[in-house]
Amino acid sequence: MAAAANGTFQRTIAALVQDRPGVLARIAGLFRRRGFNIASLAVGRSERPGLSRMTFVVEGPEEVVRQVAAQLDRLIDVVEVHDITEQNIVWRELALIKVKANAGERSEILELANIFRVNVIDIGVESLTMEISGGRQKIDSLIELLRKFGLEEVIRTGRVATLRGTLIEGEDDGLFQSDASKATYILPIPTGDSGSV
Amino acid sequence: MSKNLTGSQIVCEALLKEGVSVVFGIPGGAILPLYGVLSQYPDLRHILVRHEQGAAHAADGYARSTGTVGVAFATSGPGATNLITGLATAMMDSVPMVAITGQVGRSAIGTDAFQETDITGATLPVTKHNYLVMRADDLGRTIHEAFHIARTGRSGPVLIDIPKDVFIEMGNYDPDEPVDLPGYKVPGKADEAQIDAAAKLINESERPVILAGHGVVLSRSFDELREFAEKTQTPVITTLLGISSFPENHVLSTGFPGMHGMAYASLALDQADLIINFGSRFDDRIVGDAKRFSTGSKKIHVDIDPAEINKMITVDAAVIGNIKDVFAQLTPKVNKTTHVEWLQHIEHLKAEHPSLRIPETDRLMGQHVVKALSDVTKGDAIITTGVGQHQMWAAQHYQFTNANSWLTSGGLGTMGYEVPSAIGAQVGNPGRLVWSICGDGGFQMTMMELATAAENHLPVKYAILNNNHLGMITQWQSFFYDGDYQAETYTGNPDFVKLAEAYGIKGIRVTKQNELEGAIREANAHDGPVVIDFVIEKVDDLYPMIPAGQSIEELIEDPN
Repeated sequence: MAAAANGTFQRTIAALVQDRPGVLARIAGLFRRRGFNIASLAVGRSERPGLSRMTFVVEGPEEVVRQVAAQLDRLIDVVEVHDITEQNIVWRELALIKVKANAGERSEILELANIFRVNVIDIGVESLTMEISGGRQKIDSLIELLRKFGLEEVIRTGRVATLRGTLIEGEDDGLFQSDASKATYILPIPTGDSGSV
Repeated sequence: MSKNLTGSQIVCEALLKEGVSVVFGIPGGAILPLYGVLSQYPDLRHILVRHEQGAAHAADGYARSTGTVGVAFATSGPGATNLITGLATAMMDSVPMVAITGQVGRSAIGTDAFQETDITGATLPVTKHNYLVMRADDLGRTIHEAFHIARTGRSGPVLIDIPKDVFIEMGNYDPDEPVDLPGYKVPGKADEAQIDAAAKLINESERPVILAGHGVVLSRSFDELREFAEKTQTPVITTLLGISSFPENHVLSTGFPGMHGMAYASLALDQADLIINFGSRFDDRIVGDAKRFSTGSKKIHVDIDPAEINKMITVDAAVIGNIKDVFAQLTPKVNKTTHVEWLQHIEHLKAEHPSLRIPETDRLMGQHVVKALSDVTKGDAIITTGVGQHQMWAAQHYQFTNANSWLTSGGLGTMGYEVPSAIGAQVGNPGRLVWSICGDGGFQMTMMELATAAENHLPVKYAILNNNHLGMITQWQSFFYDGDYQAETYTGNPDFVKLAEAYGIKGIRVTKQNELEGAIREANAHDGPVVIDFVIEKVDDLYPMIPAGQSIEELIEDPN
């Protein structure tokens, strides 16, 4: 687990939890009182009736974030929890990006959208909205390229992650800058603006 | 066979099915429907307390001393919030409890109704789990789940909040419906590879010590601990909560360590080459500065809760399981051995750092009282304490010969725990002698429960170590705040003998050492509760001491 410049560490946690009122409050309360900071959170119904899947990215001091999965497992409503940080995982984020687009610049923006293979889901007179999913670097890159046109809104989801079904590593998710970090799936935390790469 | 009953009846039937025979509680509006059916269930004895905190601590004392789940009832709003200190106390010390609270009617929830509190929200961090039950049909299953959660794994308190109209609603109760808690794991036997790794470290060790925590007490592994210690000839250090898990007159008994523990115990931990931790969470009062804690030793941590592993101290081997099962697996795999030099060294440490000085003075000191209690009762009583100097004197000077006889609020450090927990212990152990060792500060936090003891003819003996001070506060202000004494003197204490008599309880005052034995014998012989006001010396510092966050290097021993 590599340290980022600011001395915090990230871990990716996948949990299967009871789909009941108050479960999120239990988890949020645990995180608050144990000093775990949630960098990203995604929740949704799972393939099993009555159970939801949650993917957390948690950051904090190493000895603190190492405790996250064990502490979550103590909650009665948490059915399964895995710290998948150091496993062979595939993960995705989704973003909706609304960008200013006057008639003169629209074709250039659409060309970018095409290169990034994103869907344009709404076109207005002065703006258009596109949907992108992928690794964080891909999303960050597109946002950076669109910045000069004028970003009106960027809405990003938390990360969803799962273990790969094969032993063959798939497409790089774009965050692994060296072989050493790739081997252990260590996620460096970006510093500075959230949009920077 | 499913039965159609009111919610209140379902609660009582489910409690009886769980083996509950006693509940501690006090009624209020929202829980009245439950009290309305108690007369139908004469096997469910209700002990009326004077404050809900007392109900929770009494249930806690009952649970710790009997090894069963303690039960408390309270109403909504302030009744429920008054339970919180007791729930937090039980949570910190892993005590199995179920608290049942009334809630405002379902249609009033969320409207800021009279006596409404979001008690499931408020108790999230201080319960192992909690429930708000919105249908009478769910009550039976929920109660059985709650008991299962409270008593299994790392035990703890569970709260069940029931709206007033759910008590009245008719519902189905199937006592045979199985508990279904997917994902709830109850560790039992440990992984054999973990056992082998631990056994290897033990067999290689030349200077091992056992650190026996509350897990040994909660799993009732007293004989197993003794067998293991004797086979491996390993000194046994108990934590504060582990006290009475190992007979203190045993040659291997090496006291308790940490902030006010015996210096020789802290030194033994520091000088060992292996610490075998059975069911202690390496509390900060033991560890101090984690970076400097016993740096020369390897550590084995046996715990039922995986989240405790490497939380405070990084260990060399972890064994996850029920302590009782782990002993059964581990003891056959360790060599029968002895450590003559190491045991001689421990004896040397005990001689060089006696730690348990009884002041040689004509005045009456707290240590004299506890020593006399220990001698007269032959170490056989159940002892409850609050928190402070009296607690540490009790831990240091009462020589426990009987397992599972020490009830103290170790984790939360709750002043006032001593008075109601003794009531719970006496209810659960009618044949045993129960002494509550109190400070005059803590006693006054919960002394209204004297009425509960009197009303129920519970022969609890209260020993107030009365110095008209918050003694530990006086000491800390002396040591760490340049003697700037603030708010530590009690000038308005009542006459505790008259107070006892006001409750119809026998009161005795002791001011001299030569009165100790007679007064204690008189109290023991009295067929009812007794309060003894031991008027002890105003200021007496407690030693040894390792200041908070420090290590053995900063040990302060008795200068006298």
